[in-house]
Amino acid sequence: MLILECPYCGVKAEETELHAGGEAHLKRFGPGSTDGEFHDYLFMRENPRGVHFERWRHINGCGKWFHAARCTTTLEVFGTYSAQTFEPPQNIRDAITAKRPGWSWRDLK
Amino acid sequence: MSDPVSALNGASFSGIASVDESGLAGMITLRGDLASPKLQAAVTSATGATMPEPGKVALSVDGGLCWMSPDELLVLVHYAEVEAKLAEINAGLAGEHALAVNVSDARAVFQVSGDGAREVLGKLCPVDLSAQAFVPGQFRRTRMAQVAAAFWLDQDGSFHIVCFRSVADYMFCLLSTAAQSQSEVGVY
Repeated sequence: MLILECPYCGVKAEETELHAGGEAHLKRFGPGSTDGEFHDYLFMRENPRGVHFERWRHINGCGKWFHAARCTTTLEVFGTYSAQTFEPPQNIRDAITAKRPGWSWRDLK
Repeated sequence: MSDPVSALNGASFSGIASVDESGLAGMITLRGDLASPKLQAAVTSATGATMPEPGKVALSVDGGLCWMSPDELLVLVHYAEVEAKLAEINAGLAGEHALAVNVSDARAVFQVSGDGAREVLGKLCPVDLSAQAFVPGQFRRTRMAQVAAAFWLDQDGSFHIVCFRSVADYMFCLLSTAAQSQSEVGVY
């Protein structure tokens, strides 16, 4: 069972109260981009064994979107943070480094 | 004019806890900047309740304020006074980026009371309902079986549950089933 703390309402929400929103921090490539960039934006998703960043929505609660950093193998949650950011904040990165030294995800380390 | 009726016309059930449909309740949903002094003044003067902390409900004799999300409040008033209170709130919000809507007839309200009340809700929602974790005055939006719901705990130990009117019958059956006599789990 996955339990995430919603950073907006502070509720420790169990998975069934949330809705998964797929991979976090996608950069949109729209009109004007190359076919290759658009293809990657549309289809290429990370599927790591280990550290992963995801979007979640507290759908049966406050209704807000937020980000979560977790481990896909152990379901360990490193932290949740605001949706209004392009990359994970330093405290989340530090929390991951403390537990999983040498982690990497896309171009993040 | 037609007479307003609540979804289940005051249906009730008694088992390890009593489940009662509370009848007509005035509810106004309000979206806006909850930190704005103008918004705070408008809702507190309309209900007589104080501004609720996040995750709490603030009740007064004539109404109450429920914290729904960082930018949403549920304003509780008497059913007969909804339109007047809505006009009062809207007048107070003039010039604010906010939206207040009367949702009274879109909702149903239930009361679950008695010794088994925590057990009944504990069977239905993914919420820690132990006496230490869930205290009177706390307000929680969550899921009850398959439908969205919100509830708060009163000082007298009874829960008040708010859900959509369209699922009122489902909610009543759900609560009644969870409150069947001799169905105590004995967790709380």
